[in-house]
Amino acid sequence: MNFLNGTKEPSDSPGERVLFFIGRLLLAVSIPLIAFYVLYLGFIFLRDSHAPRGIITVVAIVWGVGGVALLYWVFNNIVEKLPDLWTNRLLPFVFVGPAMAILGWYLAIPTLRTFWLSLFGRDGPPAGLNFWEQLASPAFVGLNNYVAVFTERLMLEAFRNNLMWIIFGSTLSVAFGLVIAVLADRSRFEKVAKSFIFLPMAISFVGASIIWNFIYEYRPAGQAQIGLLNAVVVNLGGSPQAYPQWVSIAPWNNLFLIVIVIWLQAGFSMVLFSAALKGIPEELLEAGRIDGANEFQIFFRIMVPYIRGTIISVWTTIVIFTLKIFDVVWVMTGGQFGTHVIATQFYRQSFTNRNSGFGSAIAIVLLIAVIPVMFYNLKQFREQEAF
Amino acid sequence: MKSGKRQKQLGSLFVNGSLFLLTLVWTIPTMGIFVSSFRARDDIANSGWWKVLPYRDWQPVREIDPREAGLNPDEIMEIEGVAGTFDEFRAGIETPDGERITWIGNKRIGRLEVQERVWTVDWNFTLDNYKQVLGGQSFTFTRPDGTVQVVPGDNMSGAFLNSLSVAVPSTVIPILIAAFAAYAFAWMKFPGRRGMFIMIVALLVVPLQIALVPILRDYKALNLNGTFLAIWLAHTGFGLALATYLLYNYISTLPRDILESAFIDGASHFTVFTQLILPLSVPALASFAIFQFLWVWNDYLVALIFLGGNPEFELVTQRMAAIVGSRGSEWHLLTAGAFVSMALPLLVFFSMQRYFVRGLLAGSVKG
Repeated sequence: MNFLNGTKEPSDSPGERVLFFIGRLLLAVSIPLIAFYVLYLGFIFLRDSHAPRGIITVVAIVWGVGGVALLYWVFNNIVEKLPDLWTNRLLPFVFVGPAMAILGWYLAIPTLRTFWLSLFGRDGPPAGLNFWEQLASPAFVGLNNYVAVFTERLMLEAFRNNLMWIIFGSTLSVAFGLVIAVLADRSRFEKVAKSFIFLPMAISFVGASIIWNFIYEYRPAGQAQIGLLNAVVVNLGGSPQAYPQWVSIAPWNNLFLIVIVIWLQAGFSMVLFSAALKGIPEELLEAGRIDGANEFQIFFRIMVPYIRGTIISVWTTIVIFTLKIFDVVWVMTGGQFGTHVIATQFYRQSFTNRNSGFGSAIAIVLLIAVIPVMFYNLKQFREQEAF
Repeated sequence: MKSGKRQKQLGSLFVNGSLFLLTLVWTIPTMGIFVSSFRARDDIANSGWWKVLPYRDWQPVREIDPREAGLNPDEIMEIEGVAGTFDEFRAGIETPDGERITWIGNKRIGRLEVQERVWTVDWNFTLDNYKQVLGGQSFTFTRPDGTVQVVPGDNMSGAFLNSLSVAVPSTVIPILIAAFAAYAFAWMKFPGRRGMFIMIVALLVVPLQIALVPILRDYKALNLNGTFLAIWLAHTGFGLALATYLLYNYISTLPRDILESAFIDGASHFTVFTQLILPLSVPALASFAIFQFLWVWNDYLVALIFLGGNPEFELVTQRMAAIVGSRGSEWHLLTAGAFVSMALPLLVFFSMQRYFVRGLLAGSVKG
């Protein structure tokens, strides 16, 4: 980098100046060109090569990570070569530009595009027409997709199930997390216990689905049960069941899927509650005890109100999370047996049925559901005075 | 005073007891898979994994030849103080002194076994499951036009490397981009700064489902679908809002005078950022990195959509879901495979637990 900046030194003779200028220009043009060419070669290699996986992995990591760093370095160099005024004007955008461009492309603009798609039939707006022609085309269906979202039988089932997910999943995750945090706070084995409880957070939903499928594994009555739950049930004199697929108790068979997410998320809420509980002043608890409160009163009258803010934010986070739940249901039941949720319906409509209008309408409904949280975040941000 | 101490002991017993019970409940599911992954295929299929714990089972101690004892299987038989029909003996009859007599075999050439209850364990451990799930048997098939094609290593180890190729850049790229942006928001003045940051805050909770259909269309138009670049960029896009927000919160609290003295010494923004800010932000970078890594490694939906069309780039989560779908009762493959897919995240998780907790407390939760 230094030798490039070194070219900024002024020289005396006009001839040298011109030479320096041409040299700088050449450097400024050729470095980005070489950089882009190298990046392009890497891309082609990764896309088309059939080299051994290990080599592809190494190239992918080096190319991906190095490429991004290289791009920043190149653009920074170009901008630093400009006159100071322009450097100061443009440099912030070199720094912040890529982030904003990617966010715009991947999240901000897609909300508008998805909304636009949701107003059209299954193939989306016809290509090659302008805005008004698209509106006038027969593919434009107005709000019909939304009507379908709120009337189709499977969608209603998905809404009902998602409600169950939100009510049972988030509430029980919070409850278990809170109880474990309080217990761990008073135990000598706090560290070990907490590690074990939040270990599931590192496990993928697919992995968790396999783990719980094994617990729910069903063998016909009379055979040795290899699933833990059925083994217990049979030992207690019950008859074995394939729990997530147990249609006759629908919608309650959803609970066997919800348990998985409670198992995964309790660790998350435990960590946050544990930190919040440590923030309660000891004098406050001591004062309660001196006044004769028992441990349950201290829990409900002092601890819970004190960490109410944390409880609400943890609960909100898990609600948003369960609202979008997909992997567990998709791997465990594929949405059959009355277990569809909004996100599995979205996937089924968008990618299995290839009905982009319907799928997009579902995505917009998901977006609308999180808008209150979005406004809350913005309000919080506005209230921080320093920005 | 004495009762107070007793109460305290009781309380501690209650606390530790319930905590132990909860920890046990939380651990047993993973334990079942872990233990099973080392059991032989037939053992997994025929008995519960808890048989590795000591349990009481009937073991033969001696045999009786029914003909020598003068027993007729068609009548009620009486021996060693118990009596019963053939069918009852087939099921086993317990004697008053705690033994069990069971008829083994059929009526004509069967024998009687006297069994005793003894403690036993099934410790038939093996690594075969892991060898099968990782070992790359190549797969040969004949195309419709008659040419024979060999697909190398369509197995978990290939999927593992693919996941690595996806997860590492998908973790580092958003962090790098977010760190540049966070630096600009914290230390540079430029028009639109506040508006851009408000956009980032607003995008924190936008569900990624909103973007999948339009982005897939773009990728198809750009011929990017099914490439690593496509999925890196997608994960970058979906993780960037949170990364920028968290890193801004951290970088903006770094002491102002360090930077100012660097600028007085003539350092450029780029130098300050790479030489000063990045090293100082390592704790924040590490805690976000863990989250993004776990998130990407464990992701299923994004990979399903943007890599789904390319079987060569199948990731561990896709591979596992495929095994569940096609061979859901092959528990010897599923258990070992699940552990292979969990090995790296668990390692990262345990070695960097401190940063993980710190990240959680700073708000590392994806919208």
